[in-house]
Amino acid sequence: MEAYLDNSATTKCSSKAVKLMTKVLTEDYGNPSSLHNKGMDGENYLRDARSIIAKSLKVNDKEIIFTSGGTESNNLALIGTAMAYKRRGMHIISTPIEHPSVANPLAFLEERGFEITYLPVDHSGLIDLKALSDEIRPDTILVSIMHVNNEIGAVEPIKEAANIIKQKNSTTLFHVDAIQSYGKLEILPKKMNIDLLSVSGHKIHGPKGSGFLYISEKVNCKPILLGGGQELGYRSGTENVPAIAGLGVAVEEIFKKFEKNQNQLYELKDYFVDEVQKIDGVSLNGPLDVHGAPHIISVSVEGVRAEVLLHALEEKYVYVSAGSACSSNKPALSKTLKAIGLNNNLLDSTVRVSFSVHTTKEEVDYALEQMQEIIPKLQKYTRH
Amino acid sequence: MEKAFLIKYGEIALKGKNRRTFEESLVKQIQFALKDVDGEFEVTRPMGRIFVESKEEFDVDDAIEALQHVFGIVGICPAVLTEDTGFDDLAKEIVAYVDEVYPDKNFTFKVDSRRARKNYPMNSMELNAKIGEKLLEAFPEMKVDVHHPEVMIHVEIRERINYYCKEIPGPGGMPVGTNGSAMLLLSGGIDSPVAGYMIAKRGVTIDATYFHAPPYTSERAKQKVIDLAKQVSKYAGPIRLHIVNFTDIQLYIYEECPHEELTIIMRRYMMKIAEHFAYEDGDLGLITGESIGQVASQTMQSLECTNAVCTLPVYRPLIGFDKQEIIKRSEEIGTYETSILPYEDCCTIFVAKHPVTKPRRSVIENSEKKLAEKIDELMDVAIQTTETVTVTP
Repeated sequence: MEAYLDNSATTKCSSKAVKLMTKVLTEDYGNPSSLHNKGMDGENYLRDARSIIAKSLKVNDKEIIFTSGGTESNNLALIGTAMAYKRRGMHIISTPIEHPSVANPLAFLEERGFEITYLPVDHSGLIDLKALSDEIRPDTILVSIMHVNNEIGAVEPIKEAANIIKQKNSTTLFHVDAIQSYGKLEILPKKMNIDLLSVSGHKIHGPKGSGFLYISEKVNCKPILLGGGQELGYRSGTENVPAIAGLGVAVEEIFKKFEKNQNQLYELKDYFVDEVQKIDGVSLNGPLDVHGAPHIISVSVEGVRAEVLLHALEEKYVYVSAGSACSSNKPALSKTLKAIGLNNNLLDSTVRVSFSVHTTKEEVDYALEQMQEIIPKLQKYTRH
Repeated sequence: MEKAFLIKYGEIALKGKNRRTFEESLVKQIQFALKDVDGEFEVTRPMGRIFVESKEEFDVDDAIEALQHVFGIVGICPAVLTEDTGFDDLAKEIVAYVDEVYPDKNFTFKVDSRRARKNYPMNSMELNAKIGEKLLEAFPEMKVDVHHPEVMIHVEIRERINYYCKEIPGPGGMPVGTNGSAMLLLSGGIDSPVAGYMIAKRGVTIDATYFHAPPYTSERAKQKVIDLAKQVSKYAGPIRLHIVNFTDIQLYIYEECPHEELTIIMRRYMMKIAEHFAYEDGDLGLITGESIGQVASQTMQSLECTNAVCTLPVYRPLIGFDKQEIIKRSEEIGTYETSILPYEDCCTIFVAKHPVTKPRRSVIENSEKKLAEKIDELMDVAIQTTETVTVTP
């Protein structure tokens, strides 16, 4: 038995997507920029995928810009708008629990004279809306908040935040990193007043190297890759047609049974949450109610180092995640877990379990069984 | 223009009757090092010289880099090998050669000829003078300086004639395979790969033992050690690496013995297991990366304690080195970048806050009595389940 519970890191690619991608790679391999028929074939794949995605968000086709994935989408959104609006103001608001692909571009902008304000979060990782309201100024050009936190699954109040932003300063743009939420939680940029929205393909059973950024047609965004002017000039470079075609298929599949998938994930999560807490020394982080995502659970285990637990589970073919590799000398402790005020001795004892629509109850039961067996054993041997 | 290398080797020329063996080993190591460089290389050994030649075109820089990994080589001289078609031709060739190698002629030089083939019509003094003359005729900017020349132009008259003017330093030492073999206790740290390199440099073939402790150490930690062995094998040749699963022994010691003695006791069992494989592989000694006082387990007292379990000699080439010196060496041999990857080694997973720094052997041996019940069996299992791989560059 195997239990792959690391779906927030990446998911298995849809076999229907792989099939189409093979066809695109070996038969319809034309460059969409070529004037001949083969080029036209390529362009058609882009058009179809773009239309499927636009429909899933209820936006216009031309507001979808294909990228190489989540990191590029976030970089383009932040750096591109900062460059376009720096004359209007140089103030940006974000949170301390963003993914590095948001946190590091913000640090890059800060070095170049931008002022970044980080909103406080509570113990379950939810932002303080009052603080958001207080921090917005006339020179605030952008607010960037993730929809679902990748480590603890906190679902940020995006709709409320958007309302506050637009009330306080109608020119302030709102960027949402939806990499962990797209396909799992409803998000409609137009209805929710979101100007830019980042999505990654491989988190929703699309291929790695695929993704997109929604850029509202009202927004001005400078490209960060310059060249042949593909993707309306927002993103030069020959389009990754096979990956984009595969992404289209994955999006179609995931939205076909959106509600059913969502319910199934919540059911599995509730079950896992109830059971795993019965193990001695186990506690959970992040919101466990409606403010928690349906597929991410952050599990702290007292007296067990996360990496050791991960490798012990791996021996039983149970795959979870534990931040990045770390040594006894230089633990790379999670900024998110620190921001929510997690007890120091649990910072290095926390693993993330994440589900996908393909996760079965049998897998979850098997994983729980292994955890029940392994955790007490590991707790016997601790570092002094 | 250079189509060949003249290989200079210092130390081994002195070794009297063994010279032939040493030269043969060096030729073998050179052939091994050039295996992955494009080109059909031929390594020949005329009287007191080793030549590397290739009939095909090859990348000179690649070949030099490969040769710089061969212990026993003192200097690598890119040279031209040519047939004897008379002095005039030779002089013309040398003029063209100097023109190509030194586009800027503003330097002092000296010609150093050797006439190994005594039937050549000119002696070495005459050769020096005549070639120098021709060069000065062609390039009046050049000046002769017989005491401190900036460029030395070497010409050797043998069956064929060779000439060269540059010497690139080699690593020195002795060719691997001329001095038996030894077992290296290899970890993912900075020190042990350097220790292995230094012993290999004295001509010793290296075997290695690595201890891992899944799930406390990861597959990546193991891959890291394999990568380190790979880098050392660029110099030392193929390394037989024994990968021992040490988890159960470690946990057993943890359960039974005082925690501040854990590391020292652990190391004693590691030495025993490494020695087992050393005897199996026919090795004549153990190698560790220890240096006095670097950590608690490397004080004089600790070294005495771990040393006591071995019957083979333990070689510690870094014993008097500071950490900075070791780091410098590891950067030079190319293991540093890998050594500092942050994957935990089994030595550090249960390390006590205050480990003993002055262990007494009698006390340690007493503590080990608590292991009597199961330790032999656990050692047998560890040895039997050991995975052995041969690591090549």
